[in-house]
Amino acid sequence: MAEQVLRLEHVCKIYNIGLPAQTEVLHDIDMTLDKGQFLALTGPSGSGKSTLLNIIGLLDRPTTGRLFIKGQETGRMGDAEITQLRGHTIGFVFQDHHLISAFTALENVMMPMLVASGFPSRRIAERAHEIMVLVGLEKVENNLAMNMSGGQQQRVAIARALAMAPDLVLADEPTGNLDTKSADSVFELMRQINRDSGTSFLMVTHNLDLAKRCDRIIDVVDGRITA
Amino acid sequence: MNRLLPFEWIAAVRFLREGFMQTLFIITGIAIGVGVIVFMSALLTGLQANFVKRVLTSQPQIQLVPPDQVARPQRQQTGVMEDAVIQRPSQRVISIDQWPKIRDRMLAIPEVTAVSPTMAGSALAIRGAASRAISVSGIDPATYYKIVRVPDYIIAGDARLTNDDIIVGTELAKDLGAAIGDKLNVQGVKNASVTLKITGVIDLGNKSANERQTYVALRTAQSLMGVAGGVTTIDMTLDDIYNAEILATQIQRSNYVEADSWIATNAQFFTAVHAQQTSNDMIRLFVALSVAFGIAAVLVVSVIQRSKDIGILRAMGSSRGQVLRIFLLQGGVLGFAGALCGCALGTAGLYWWHAAVRQADGTELFPLILTASLFVYTTLLATVTGLLAAMAPALRAARLDPVVAIRG
Repeated sequence: MAEQVLRLEHVCKIYNIGLPAQTEVLHDIDMTLDKGQFLALTGPSGSGKSTLLNIIGLLDRPTTGRLFIKGQETGRMGDAEITQLRGHTIGFVFQDHHLISAFTALENVMMPMLVASGFPSRRIAERAHEIMVLVGLEKVENNLAMNMSGGQQQRVAIARALAMAPDLVLADEPTGNLDTKSADSVFELMRQINRDSGTSFLMVTHNLDLAKRCDRIIDVVDGRITA
Repeated sequence: MNRLLPFEWIAAVRFLREGFMQTLFIITGIAIGVGVIVFMSALLTGLQANFVKRVLTSQPQIQLVPPDQVARPQRQQTGVMEDAVIQRPSQRVISIDQWPKIRDRMLAIPEVTAVSPTMAGSALAIRGAASRAISVSGIDPATYYKIVRVPDYIIAGDARLTNDDIIVGTELAKDLGAAIGDKLNVQGVKNASVTLKITGVIDLGNKSANERQTYVALRTAQSLMGVAGGVTTIDMTLDDIYNAEILATQIQRSNYVEADSWIATNAQFFTAVHAQQTSNDMIRLFVALSVAFGIAAVLVVSVIQRSKDIGILRAMGSSRGQVLRIFLLQGGVLGFAGALCGCALGTAGLYWWHAAVRQADGTELFPLILTASLFVYTTLLATVTGLLAAMAPALRAARLDPVVAIRG
């Protein structure tokens, strides 16, 4: 049986509890993600995909239900423990890449390691450079992030997500703002990393062509998993 | 990246560097504020030092005098007086009882730096047909000059005093038509009379003082006042001039003398000094407040501008403490950098003002007193103010929900 990176049991998310505007965004979600799997999360806008991704990424907590990351139940963890687990286990790739403009591309990739260790070191710089080579950006690694093309920025974001060698990379519409060629290139990069390193990927996407090239597709409609 | 700097420092400095214009403006604002503090503090310290020097080098800080002579009402028995009207007796010149013993006791007090017995009284100075009423201070030059810097006021002759010498004020010398080397006949009480040679002429900076003040040797004054071996005052200086009042009270309690401190005898001056210090403190307070609000305003805007970055840092595993420190450090760095520029600005301003504004005679209006402690304290004040001002925005940043922050 494959090792589970992620397991959700009866996860619900309700906003504005007790208020007239109370909204149940996720209903009784059960899902798993095995190590090395590349999963596509699809569904219409407002279906709860981003909320689900935030809960899986430990940025938000479910109202009810249980979330296991690498077998650890996260419900009773404190803020510091959650933060540490997130930093070491999960990498994020956002639609708008969200690189920190004050730093170069290489420094952005160093950032998660810097956050974890507290001080920059040669080892961190070397590791970041290795990842930049992996994503094919070693020649422009010292450029400020803002001086790069959209596709390059998204590659830097992927490199950053891989910095801590996470078990799971969460990608929220990583190709949403890219042209078809760049989108394909970025997707192939993630797929390649997935195959080579065994890192699990969970990618939210509206692009059904890309979704079909993933190992599994989960479709979320009105806060429920339909497929 | 500097490998010696922790992550929070690197992020704080980069964020400040990226918002260059914003950083430049706030540092300029802080520098002006700190410059004002440095300028005002040094200026007031200089003016105050000048005042204190003028006042305290021309008079003792504590003066011991014999207690007032009071009339004792005659009583037949307890509570019943012979005469209902009690007239205050005239205060004749009397010596401090057992003054050598009291002087030695004063010398033993650690806070006391100099003690000098003096004999003061009034006399008549006569030269030819001219005569003037004078104040005679009989002094021991060796100790008295440590308290009142008479040699500093000499404009002709010197401050040497033997039993046959006298130092006179400029106006008195002019009134008597006397100059250095001329002789004066001085008549004291009970027909005591001596002839003294003028060895020095002094300018005390006050016309009436220059008309009356004279200095003679202690023994000469004792003969003139008819108090052989006695002294009317014991003058003292202290290491801490502002401790004078407390020490005077203690001395008066334990000795049969009246102790007058310079604070009590120059109450108006002391009030002025105190008012200066208070106004300086108020200026510092308000400048510090304006600096604090300036830094806070800039950092509040910065937190809003950087909310996405904060969200990303949190998603990457940054703790709330790390985010808090990034923004606190920005406040501290702004305060520190502003303080350094402000110290330079204040010093430059002070040098310019010192050179540009002079007294009527061309001498300096105030001495330039720039101590290292002024810069250290001011820099410390600005840095701590920066840190405190950054607290609210930093807490706000640390408490940001990463989901909301990333969404912007």
